Amino acid sequence: MHFADGEVPGEYLGYVHKKVLWLAGGMGVLLILLVYSISVGAVAIPLTDVFMTITGQNVSHKWDAIIWNIRLPQALAAIVAGCGLAVAGVTMQSILRNPLGSPFTLGISNAGAFGAAVSVIVLGTGTMQSRVADAVTINNPYITTMMAFLFCLLATAVILLISRIRNASPEVMVLAGVALSSLFTAGTMFLQYFSNDAQLAAVVFWTFGDVGRANWPELAFMSLIVAAATVYFVVNRWNYNAIDAGDETAKSLGVNVERVRLFGMVASALVTAVIVSFLGVIGFVGLVCPHMVRRIIGDDQRYLVPGSCIMGGILLLASDTVARVIIAPYVLPVAVLTAFMGAPIFIYLLLRGNRI
Amino acid sequence: MILTVEDLNFFYRNREVLNDIAFSIGKSEIVAILGPNGVGKTTLLKCLNRILRPREGVVYLDGQDIFRLNGNEIARSIGYVPQRVETGKLTAFDAVLLGRKPHIGWELKEKDLKIVDAVFRQLSMDHLRLASIDEMSGGELQKVAIARALVQEPQILLLDEPTSNLDLKNQVGILTTIARVVREHDIAAVMTMHDLNHALRYADRFIFLKCGRIYAHGGPEVISPRTIEEVYGLPVIIGELGGVTCVVPVNPPAATDA
Repeated sequence: MHFADGEVPGEYLGYVHKKVLWLAGGMGVLLILLVYSISVGAVAIPLTDVFMTITGQNVSHKWDAIIWNIRLPQALAAIVAGCGLAVAGVTMQSILRNPLGSPFTLGISNAGAFGAAVSVIVLGTGTMQSRVADAVTINNPYITTMMAFLFCLLATAVILLISRIRNASPEVMVLAGVALSSLFTAGTMFLQYFSNDAQLAAVVFWTFGDVGRANWPELAFMSLIVAAATVYFVVNRWNYNAIDAGDETAKSLGVNVERVRLFGMVASALVTAVIVSFLGVIGFVGLVCPHMVRRIIGDDQRYLVPGSCIMGGILLLASDTVARVIIAPYVLPVAVLTAFMGAPIFIYLLLRGNRI
Repeated sequence: MILTVEDLNFFYRNREVLNDIAFSIGKSEIVAILGPNGVGKTTLLKCLNRILRPREGVVYLDGQDIFRLNGNEIARSIGYVPQRVETGKLTAFDAVLLGRKPHIGWELKEKDLKIVDAVFRQLSMDHLRLASIDEMSGGELQKVAIARALVQEPQILLLDEPTSNLDLKNQVGILTTIARVVREHDIAAVMTMHDLNHALRYADRFIFLKCGRIYAHGGPEVISPRTIEEVYGLPVIIGELGGVTCVVPVNPPAATDA
């Protein structure tokens, strides 16, 4: 075929350039927000001191202790979890061809909660430490996390198995997720009915996602999984674009649709499982974030995946910052805030409809 | 011959849809696949680029068995235009750029952008480059889908009812575009069609399917009132109108009842 008369269209390059600027701007906002988030709290730390401490200069031992042990890991956990939930959400929306897709569509959060309930109530790993109410204490957070993770993987495996039998169609995946969600919810309710007050409190408390729970090694592990999955999603950006154009079109472009769908699901599930088991259930970020980014830079996965990643980080870090100071000295778990804010934001986006 | 189909049988679960299909397609040729609803026209089209896998049979692309090629190799030779085009918040340029996927490595090259640009010019869609495809009319969307298939630099275009959902002017516009592209680039096109008049006007060869088999196959001479009545179960007359051959049903079924 001959296409010699084509030129690189300037107007298109300008349009792409604008999207890249949005992404760069988002990164900038995220970094500024990180410094700001560390500076506010029960003890206010001057912004310059925060900046100097996290760039490795020793300002004061007190600041060192607060920043390195408490605020920085919490802020980074918020960013990593936000990024992870948002990219998992955007991928699920694409591979399930469903705007309501989210990291929790497959029932993973319910599976994690059930795992935690089994750990606390059946295995007696005790009751969780709350920074608000001292009544709730947990003896062995590691077993609780492990059990939650195990059940998240179990849910994934079941959906994988069903998809293998029924050819990985989006409808089957969504419906299997609905079925598993209600099954695990029923299981959790059953266990809760036979638990004592302290156990019940611990289980309920566990489900409130809180980014303050992660320590450095957990944060490192979470970051590794989220980074690996994000790279995988970016590598597959053209495949997701093709699937967005319809399964037939994707196949005619040489995409192995079933395989992309299955692998994408496993990667999203893994990211979600890690975040849920370490931090608890943090709703709405994975659902709302991709839609916010779609409104700004459109549905092109080349920009949507990195955009959602950045926006997820911003959204969860901002929410966590607000949650820490809104009713100071009490600290709200971030999940309470995201659940509160998520619904109005989502409805607002639906009503606005058009791009910003 | 750039595409040859031999002994193709296709089953949906245990129901036989296509039986013993064999034909071949040469360069610069437009082939219309005709037949009543549900006869397997779309299924046959999808078997040609392995969107569907037949139970038996071989499809040769330039002498190579397509079941031994990988997806990208097929996609670099065969472009497919589906009946329904999915939309999204995507510019027409990005939507067409997707067609370069089988050629793209890690990053886009300048060449990819140039080819997309050239196709926009050739289809006279320059003004639509940055238009969002979710705000486009049916005719414009169909053009985007054809452009996407063209930037694959295919030897063969497969089109599934390219004129369904279009008004008369757009139907003629799209078919004229397809015919022009086929001649200009010396490629082949295979279309499933319902409109016999359009088929007569734009296609070089015709394949009539009946009950999953090829009932008739050949040039314009195979289009006879007898063939059409046998295939569609409806008597027609064929005549000339302003120098154009037309197929007109004689007795609508309702009138026959009366």
